[in-house]
Amino acid sequence: MSISLRNVRKDYDQQTKVLEKVSAEVQTGEFFVIVGPSGCGKSTLLRMIAGLTPITDGEVRINDRVVNELPPKARKLTMVFQNYALYPFLSVWDNVAFGLKARKLSQSDVQNRVNNALKMVNLTDFKNRKPRELSGGQRQRVALARAVASDADICLMDEPLSNLDAQLRIRMRQEIYNLQRKLGLTLIYVTHDQVEAMTMADHIMVLNDQHVQQIGTPAEIYQHPANEFVAQFFGTPQINILPAKRSAENSHLLTVGSNDMQVALNEEVPADQLRIGVRPDELTISRADSVDSNAVVKNTEFLGNETIVYATLNSGDNVRAVLPGQVNFRGYEPIKVQVGSHLLFFNNDGERIGLTKEEAVHA
Amino acid sequence: MEMVAKQKLPQKILNYVLLIILTAVVLGPFLIGLWTSLLPTMDIAKGNFLSLHISLTNYVDAFQKTPILQYLGNSLWISTLTTIAQLIFCSMSAYAFVFLRFRGRKVLFILFLATMMLPFEAEIIPNFMTVKAMGLLNTYSAMIVPFLTSAFGTFMLRQSFLQMPDELKEAADIEGLGHFQFYWKIVMPYNRISLITLGAYGFLGAWNQYLWPMLTTFSNAFRPVQNGLRQLQSEETFNDWGMIQATAAIVVIPTLIVLFVGQHYFKSGMNEGAVK
Repeated sequence: MSISLRNVRKDYDQQTKVLEKVSAEVQTGEFFVIVGPSGCGKSTLLRMIAGLTPITDGEVRINDRVVNELPPKARKLTMVFQNYALYPFLSVWDNVAFGLKARKLSQSDVQNRVNNALKMVNLTDFKNRKPRELSGGQRQRVALARAVASDADICLMDEPLSNLDAQLRIRMRQEIYNLQRKLGLTLIYVTHDQVEAMTMADHIMVLNDQHVQQIGTPAEIYQHPANEFVAQFFGTPQINILPAKRSAENSHLLTVGSNDMQVALNEEVPADQLRIGVRPDELTISRADSVDSNAVVKNTEFLGNETIVYATLNSGDNVRAVLPGQVNFRGYEPIKVQVGSHLLFFNNDGERIGLTKEEAVHA
Repeated sequence: MEMVAKQKLPQKILNYVLLIILTAVVLGPFLIGLWTSLLPTMDIAKGNFLSLHISLTNYVDAFQKTPILQYLGNSLWISTLTTIAQLIFCSMSAYAFVFLRFRGRKVLFILFLATMMLPFEAEIIPNFMTVKAMGLLNTYSAMIVPFLTSAFGTFMLRQSFLQMPDELKEAADIEGLGHFQFYWKIVMPYNRISLITLGAYGFLGAWNQYLWPMLTTFSNAFRPVQNGLRQLQSEETFNDWGMIQATAAIVVIPTLIVLFVGQHYFKSGMNEGAVK
């Protein structure tokens, strides 16, 4: 069951545009994650695919058939909601069976599907309980069981894990991923959590500001972000974005900040004025006396296996660096910050400038 | 917390004395009524309230000598039909106000609420004329038809339906449930506490009707209990007070049952959560 979006647009009225020019292809059996900050329209997009919200313009196709006018039921999909949408007056078993009965499946078929689904999410022992007698994670699993029991091949999930605590979220993430693989579901998953997107997705769609920022595999998105927004959205701590310019004397020489760092590139610096992106683990820090230093330490956070160092460059720009193991710095200790070999370049509009060579800097 | 635990003794005594006095004031008439219903009328007439001639004779007499069973039957029939009709019509209109989008929905709802501001007494004359013109005087219909629905019930259920999470409707849309299926299979069970509340309220309201049945019924065949009691008292010159008290006690019993059953449901249903 492939899904394709073509120039989908949504306006609530003349003034409020929610989504513009959204196009994407979701292949059969793919785990497709829509990610973006809150209010970017990702839930609206999901509801438009489901048929719960009408589309202002554009086309949604399921299996190459335009479904713009089809009611949700005819689109043959299931949906898992953030609030689970369980029926409090029905037992777990009946909650899972509800949709199947509504679709008028035969009684034995309903029995089989529900029992299998409950077994798959480990809720067989709880089948006679009411939702209020379950913990948050178990309620979530009931909602998943509903999707599993359905005969629909497309499943839509709207931030299904955001009501769970951190530990449980990691476990449910794996359960959802395993279920999707086992059942071969075409899954469209909406989240605001970049970690969920990175860990589960085959392809990620990044939404912001009513527009699609980028669609790609997790690796593509992380290594070759289309713009500054995407680069900043993925990765913790956040990527460092620093102003830079081409040196007047040498076109291969890049000056970062107000002359805080100089980097010699393998090729010509692509623009006079630009911004570079450096992942925190690509920065190296060494102690230096105040003459040699280009930054001072503001704060450090020790996380056990690594230390995050927050520092301010002489230019006033703040940088974050991740160093392995435990590193101790005093507050306001002068240091020398250097960038590694993986650099991203952005023009003044925030778009990434691609370079011809993979490695921008001499190792 | 300390303040509560170490409340001073005189303060505590004063509180309890006050509470006991208030309890006596509230329960007193009720207990006196119940007590006198067990006494022979002769003792009551003599003012001998502390008599020990207690028996259930008054109750037996009430059932044998008065049409109290007929009255009870009438009231039960009227109240039950009114309650069921109110539950159906109020929930359907509330459903329309919450889940259907139509032009003028807000205006219509305000109009609906505006009718709540008219006291029933103000509607009595036009209602009486209507019922009379329809030839319904002295029938069950006269006492049921004007109360088939209520603006209050619609308002109350609308508030309750509005509390339902949107996802339940969306989930139902995805399963392909039509409006009627959604209404019957999800909205009604989801809001059953509100429905029970409205049902109890409607039942008691109908059971305790006095003014309207007094105007529209003339025979024991259709007279409900409250008017029946009044009838018993005025029919005979010599009032058998003991028996009248006994009938009054009988009339209260269904009210108590409804309240007890209702309370049980209110408690059990309060903490149900569909949504985290």
